[in-house]
Amino acid sequence: MSLVGSGLVGGWRRGHAVVERLDVAVEPGRVLGIAGPSGCGKSTLVRMLALLHTPWRGTVAVDGTAVPRMRYRAPAALRRRVGVVFQQPRAAADPRLTLTEILTEPLRAAGERDRAVLDARAAELSDRVGLTAELRTRRPHEVSDGQLQRACLARALAAEPDYLLCDEMTAMLDASTTAALVSVIGAEVDRGLGVLTVSHDEPLLAAWADEVLRPW
Amino acid sequence: MAELTTYRGERSDGGGAAAPSAVGKDRTWRPAGHRRPGTLRARASWTGRGRLVAGLVGLVVLVLGAILIPWLGGLDQGAVDYTAVRQPPSLAHPFGTDAVGRDLFLRSFAGLGVSLTVAASCAVISTVIGTLYGALSGLLGGWPDRILMRAVDGVNAVPHLLLGIVIVALYRGSVPAVIASIGLTHWTTVARVVRSEVLSLRSRPYVDAAISGGASRRRVLGRHLLPAVVPPAVLSSVLILPHAVWHETALSFLGLGLPPHLASLGNILAEGRQAVLLGSWWIVVFPSALLAATTLAVAGIAAWWRDRSRPRRRSEMAL
Repeated sequence: MSLVGSGLVGGWRRGHAVVERLDVAVEPGRVLGIAGPSGCGKSTLVRMLALLHTPWRGTVAVDGTAVPRMRYRAPAALRRRVGVVFQQPRAAADPRLTLTEILTEPLRAAGERDRAVLDARAAELSDRVGLTAELRTRRPHEVSDGQLQRACLARALAAEPDYLLCDEMTAMLDASTTAALVSVIGAEVDRGLGVLTVSHDEPLLAAWADEVLRPW
Repeated sequence: MAELTTYRGERSDGGGAAAPSAVGKDRTWRPAGHRRPGTLRARASWTGRGRLVAGLVGLVVLVLGAILIPWLGGLDQGAVDYTAVRQPPSLAHPFGTDAVGRDLFLRSFAGLGVSLTVAASCAVISTVIGTLYGALSGLLGGWPDRILMRAVDGVNAVPHLLLGIVIVALYRGSVPAVIASIGLTHWTTVARVVRSEVLSLRSRPYVDAAISGGASRRRVLGRHLLPAVVPPAVLSSVLILPHAVWHETALSFLGLGLPPHLASLGNILAEGRQAVLLGSWWIVVFPSALLAATTLAVAGIAAWWRDRSRPRRRSEMAL
């Protein structure tokens, strides 16, 4: 049972593959680190594993269920099992929505309409990542990068994914926020979340990841 | 004056008449120019709320004027009075009279009403067609996008006036024909704006994040793409408003637009052009002023809405 990418080949421009024949397995309860120079395809790999980008060749399987060739998108039920946190929280949050709306979006997408349930879940999630109730009423341009990244993490956790992919999640953050987010994720890992983290931060990878992959 | 107090950010929100005592209580920094829920803005700066208020007041006054003034004044579109030809502004005729002695005050406001109806209808038609076309093109991408946008270039290649003349010539002299001829030629601007907006939006990480959270295609479209696309689309269609009035003028001038006895800003201005040479400046100045005021009012509201719908940090405002 794991998130497995096997023989992945893919890229953006025809005839110019960014990811070449890569095998990755994200195990539940473990943290897999990936390191590599910029432009080598780390983000593309994350997008393929997150079922946002169709690999040219190879397959992605979630707990043994191979993801069918996507015409437009992978099935929503599979997408929800793999959460993503992007590098730039500023770009990953819709500027028109409040933080509450941002972090409950996966719940609304799953059809939850009850205000009370949504509010309770929002409070619980933001508690977990360390956001105050006042911060949740703000919009992205009214909070700092660190606070926004916390909201993005809460959004990724809202769908209760089995796997979490962090694409340079801490690149924009200071040391204390990084430590806070890592410990939040650490608690989830203890409960069986499988994590893949892409990072340039070697000390962080050394301290956090159970195994570091350097495919490039 | 306003600049001095607003550039520091926190003062324009928490301070002022709203709650001077709350300053010590709530010292959290927040970007200026954005109202926190539950707080009152003490001062409306010109860049923010002031533009909206001024625009709304102006527009309401103009629209009410366009509806009420001709009605209360008992305007008779067909009547002429050769005893009162080209009289300068006076108490009896605040805007003066035109070359056949008609009161310009009544006719200008009646004309504003007609022109506004024509322009607003054109703006609605162009916005709807343009938004749908542009969104479709941007969402499909690839070769369908290329074909659709070349078709837009094709429509643009024919001079709008020429295309308008053809349409109006088929159904001459009626308001719907003028609306159709302008609306069907001006959606291309909106389509271009919407397409580029959709193209840039659909590759944003927050759209990816929504998709990853299990959002359906419809949800992404309704929640993230359309709310972002509608303000620029409306803004670009607002800019069509004065342009549409100009087109209506041009068509009327060529004798293809509205019949000459029907007051419209276009008709009045076209007739006034000749009168100016005789020294009757008021025939051109007052209708033009109404047109300018309308444009400014609408643009003020639109600019407020654009800023409102795309919250930015103060540091990004300059960009």
